[in-house]
Amino acid sequence: MMARPGRIVIYLLLMLAALFFLIPLYVMVATSLKGLEEATLNRMWEWPATMQWESYSTAWERLAPHLLNSLYLATAATLLSALLGSLNGYIFSKWRFRGADTLFTLILFGMFIPYQSILIPLIQFLQTINLYNSLPGLILVHVVYGIPITTLIFRNYYAGIPDEILEAAQVDGAGFGGIYCRILLPLSLPGFVVVGIWQFTQVWNEFLFAVTLTTSSQHPVMVALQNLSGSQIVQWNIQMAGALLAALPTLIVYLLLGRYFIRGLLAGSLKG
Amino acid sequence: MQDSTRTEKSKLSARSLDDRWKAFLFLLPTLVAVAVFVYGFIGWTGYVSLTGWNSLVPDFSWVGLQNYVALFQDFRFQSDLRNTVVFTLLFIVACLSIGLALAVLLDQRIRGETFFRNLFIFPMALSFIVTGVVWQWIFNPSTGINLWLDRLGWTDLPVWYVDTRIIPGWEWGAIQVGIPIALIAVVVAAVWQLSGFTMAMYLAGLRGIPDTLREAARVDGAGEWQIWRRVILPQLHPITWSVVIILGHISLKIFDLVVAMTGPGANFVTDVPGVFMFETTFRGNHYAQGASIAVIMLVLVSILIVPYLVSQMRREERG
Repeated sequence: MMARPGRIVIYLLLMLAALFFLIPLYVMVATSLKGLEEATLNRMWEWPATMQWESYSTAWERLAPHLLNSLYLATAATLLSALLGSLNGYIFSKWRFRGADTLFTLILFGMFIPYQSILIPLIQFLQTINLYNSLPGLILVHVVYGIPITTLIFRNYYAGIPDEILEAAQVDGAGFGGIYCRILLPLSLPGFVVVGIWQFTQVWNEFLFAVTLTTSSQHPVMVALQNLSGSQIVQWNIQMAGALLAALPTLIVYLLLGRYFIRGLLAGSLKG
Repeated sequence: MQDSTRTEKSKLSARSLDDRWKAFLFLLPTLVAVAVFVYGFIGWTGYVSLTGWNSLVPDFSWVGLQNYVALFQDFRFQSDLRNTVVFTLLFIVACLSIGLALAVLLDQRIRGETFFRNLFIFPMALSFIVTGVVWQWIFNPSTGINLWLDRLGWTDLPVWYVDTRIIPGWEWGAIQVGIPIALIAVVVAAVWQLSGFTMAMYLAGLRGIPDTLREAARVDGAGEWQIWRRVILPQLHPITWSVVIILGHISLKIFDLVVAMTGPGANFVTDVPGVFMFETTFRGNHYAQGASIAVIMLVLVSILIVPYLVSQMRREERG
């Protein structure tokens, strides 16, 4: 325990840091609540004289279809990649075979590659199977490239479930599928929450696949938001309202389930 | 002892060959997908980079290393490499020091710890696009930060992401070596987004150090500062490495943040390989050239990642 003056310094530093982290949030909210005439350069830091909500309705009009795209995309991709990851994690943690570690490492590598290095063939491939510029195509892509991280998280999670339980079930006659469905899956909820939050956030926020694999009406929200700011005159209030709308789903998830988000964060970064 | 190693190397006894086969069968789609979508596609990209496919029409005529030679002679790509190095160094150093400082502060039995912790991490829930849009507004040359700097009497205000100055700016061939001022704005935004991650890692690390270790050092007569330097910091080394690897690979791939904030920038002061690849391939239709940029990006990331993955694997095999 430190002496009193020391603690005051600690709190001061923490407040200073908090300020740094809050500034963009303040700017976003304040600017989005201003009318166009008030959202000007020299009054940037001021709180709006009168709160106006028009920028939200304008931003909503332009972003709504894309928000919906993102919702479908993120939900479907998250569910599928979580299921797949759970199955893979089960096999890699409980049915280890010769060469499993090497295979697993080869899979993990897919997590780190720059997606630019697979983008050209990916587009050619999606065009061949007629899924280019479609949500199902984008879902497929996110499921496939989500495999490494979801497998990793579930593998680490299942490693914490003692083998004795599964062995007991095995003695009772349960096989590969029985153990998974009747023992592991019911114990998996926390794992699914971690993976679910992680994947939903990643897919929702993803930009490179979104911008290269879809065009206009199929765009997920992040591409639409980027286009909003790229348009003729920059209307800062609308842009900030749009940014908030686009960020809201993941922010809400984080506020409600932040604990699991952080757990996923640490799990996703391998083990120390 | 025996037990713990068995759990570590957990392996259910396959009662029948049947179970073993089922496990493999269910893993098969994943193995095929990864083989095709990761390794197959990387191979194909590598092949494309050696061809003359530099228009809308696919052209697989062999040109050898021509695209790579052109790339390294290109002013834009040389700027990209400088920017990548500068960005990575500034970004990692800032994230490590801010993250460690915050973790140490939070580790002092703070009131409201949960609040601060959640506040420092929340930017990670946002996308780089959102972060970029907001910080672009804050670093707008005629408003934001500059309003404050102006009030503080700062003359010669930087114009941030439209600034073309490079400090200190040694000539090296066609490019200037140094820190592009415009890039600092991007680094600040990236640090804002990811220093919370570093903090979380370090905090988990600090909490994982058993109190008995500190106690033992204290009994041996070590002062608080010595305990820090000799006991705590060395314990954090593996975490520092993990953080460097993860932040490093993020910064080598950085794309969306730059797109949202600045794009390539005048004189390519904020350009990065990710943006260059995107524009070359999908705006300029120079597919082979784009593929060669992608291959270089992959090589850079691999230099960082592969040794890490291999050492992780070895460590696990040893149990």
